[in-house]
Amino acid sequence: MEYLAQQLINGLTLGSIYGLIAIGYTMVFGIIGMVNFAHGDVFMVSTFIALIFLMVLTQILGVGSLVIALFIVLILAMVLTSVWSWAIERFAYRPLRGSFRLAPMISAIGMSIFLSNLVQVTQGPRNKPSPSMLSDVLILSDGGTYTVTLSYKQILIATVTAVLLAAFWYVVQHTSLGRAQRACEQDRRMAALLGVDVDRTISLTFVMGAALAAVAGLMFMIYYGVVNFNDGFVPGVKAFTAAVLGGIGSLPGAVLGGLLIGLIETLWSAYFSIDYKDVATFSILAITLIFMPSGLLGKPDVEKV
Amino acid sequence: MAVVPAELQSTKARPITAALKEALGAGLLALGLSVPILALRTEQDISNRLVLQPRWNYVVIAVLAAFFGRLLYLMYAAATANRAPRVKTVRTVPAGLAQVVSLLGLVALILYPWIALSIVGKAGAIKWIDNFGIQIMIYIMLGWGLNIVVGLAGLLDLGYVAFYAVGAYSTALLAHNLGLSFWLCLPLAGILAAFWGILLGFPVLRLRGDYLAIVTLAFGEIIRLVLINWVPVTNGYAGISGIPRPSFFGLPFNASDQGFAAFFGLEFTPLHRLIFLFYVILGLALLTNWVTLRLRRLPVGRAWEALREDEIACRSLGINTTNTKLTAFAIGAGFGGFAGSFFAARQGFISPESFTFIESAVVLAIVVLGGMGSQIGVAIAAIAMIGGTEILRELDWLKDVFGPAFDPTQYRMLLFGLAMVLVMIWKPRGLISYRSPSIFLREKKKVRSDLVKEGHG
Repeated sequence: MEYLAQQLINGLTLGSIYGLIAIGYTMVFGIIGMVNFAHGDVFMVSTFIALIFLMVLTQILGVGSLVIALFIVLILAMVLTSVWSWAIERFAYRPLRGSFRLAPMISAIGMSIFLSNLVQVTQGPRNKPSPSMLSDVLILSDGGTYTVTLSYKQILIATVTAVLLAAFWYVVQHTSLGRAQRACEQDRRMAALLGVDVDRTISLTFVMGAALAAVAGLMFMIYYGVVNFNDGFVPGVKAFTAAVLGGIGSLPGAVLGGLLIGLIETLWSAYFSIDYKDVATFSILAITLIFMPSGLLGKPDVEKV
Repeated sequence: MAVVPAELQSTKARPITAALKEALGAGLLALGLSVPILALRTEQDISNRLVLQPRWNYVVIAVLAAFFGRLLYLMYAAATANRAPRVKTVRTVPAGLAQVVSLLGLVALILYPWIALSIVGKAGAIKWIDNFGIQIMIYIMLGWGLNIVVGLAGLLDLGYVAFYAVGAYSTALLAHNLGLSFWLCLPLAGILAAFWGILLGFPVLRLRGDYLAIVTLAFGEIIRLVLINWVPVTNGYAGISGIPRPSFFGLPFNASDQGFAAFFGLEFTPLHRLIFLFYVILGLALLTNWVTLRLRRLPVGRAWEALREDEIACRSLGINTTNTKLTAFAIGAGFGGFAGSFFAARQGFISPESFTFIESAVVLAIVVLGGMGSQIGVAIAAIAMIGGTEILRELDWLKDVFGPAFDPTQYRMLLFGLAMVLVMIWKPRGLISYRSPSIFLREKKKVRSDLVKEGHG
């Protein structure tokens, strides 16, 4: 029982990281109908940006307070990751709008390969350990045989995720930008006719997705304490699985899917086999796409001729 | 000096200031992109602590490159803007030319080992035949195999390497457990891979293009993870070694009395085996090409191409899309299996490391860059991409320019990824976008290219 409770806590923490990445996939898919294959690698770039700025602040500038340092790192990582995502959209995807349907996808795969290798070349192929922080734990229940703990990291991750999701939800539901996004999602041409700047809206969608991926990147770095140039692919596919499971195009679906994937992965590793945990995720991806392509909360995809 | 009216001056000056502004924007963007990632390198020092190494000179180079690159591009665009736009027509390659080019290419490939031998001699030829010749031919074959799925049938398959892996592991396991020779394993590996193609293809056929791509990627990764973790059968990361080498009608390529060299009364050299392997893979690749070209003329081949252009139209014309897609998947997978079987026999050792997603992406890049559906384009792309990366290994003089730590091979996948993006932007249909039609009208017409855009189906 205690073991299960601990796994649930770990799973939900992991799941909120996946959920944050999944929002980027789901929004881009909703608005231009494209699987942004490079999003996982944008997330990886953000982990490196966060690591480097954290080191600059703590080692070079000597910022003593960890909370202030993390806050500055969060802002800087969100801004610079957004710049990356904006540039990628501008350079690799926008010229291909209106080309044949697989063209942006292939371009995105190329971008994904480019990003992971760029980081490998500039930062080196080794694992980069980040300074350990917030490693204190709260003991929730000391059941004799097994102790359930909740670490400060996990509290931080859950809080930041919840706050940013609420802010994000507000932007999408209650601002003119959010309205423009939802309009473009429904009918891009009609939105353009009614005066919505479609290109700008799409760019901002990429920027928002990247900003949330940067939050996930910082959380990932704090949680695992290590970053690697290769960390874009598998978390990216898992977050995409989360987006698909929740119903691609649906924001609450992405978060729900992320939490579910986090739970499934943790419980699978805890009770079945840690070797096959990625097989579990990939199988869920395949099974969802084949049998339930609209996911849990998505709208069915109606093909118009 | 002539007096230039003020308004003329301003119209002349405006584009330059605008261009400067835009170039400045590009420079700032490059600064924003390169600041943490390029400027500060994280390195572990002797006590395993992570420290930062500043490298601001790279940032300066990147910013200047972005600034001047953008400026030059804008000036070039402004200079060519006033020209009358060319009416783009589908270029018709003269019927003879394509045949002559392919014939010349074929002759060059057949003579390749001997040319390499005569130019660089016996010692140098090993590298040129093995690293360049055989390696490139494997990728040409994989490219042609995937071309059936992606280029002809229009199904984006990101897990093609799974069938390559099935072929390689079938060969290794059949040889180890049943003691079969390479020549028996080869067809079996192809059949098994085709079978897996059907097995994996069946559930995914209803999916749309990009969903299909993701599911095939998932299948490819699942197969790789199973190969890693199913240790009793596949030996996990350690891989399988001691896979029998192909023999020449029962004559092994070794120094023994029963060997190839002794039988023909030649002096033993490892070159014999390499040249033989080169011709084996050349034969396999040509078989792939020949089968593809013949299939294109059959109803199933025409159905593939119709499917690629417009699936809905296909269905309404009564084409069985399930069978059509399955045959494409199975045949493509079968050729992937042949290539995998050859790979296993050539290396003598296989491990899951050889079958990562990156391999799938490389093969896909070759097909896409070459021009989806164009056989000769795929071959040229394979030669350029694989040969190009092998040549990166040879560029030792770059170390004199950039310092001894500079390793050109590191940049291989970086350039690969960039090339994929650039070719998509520049020529979305690939370098050789011309496809020979399988059916002709008698009179030749010039068709505007905007009338023949790809369908969205």
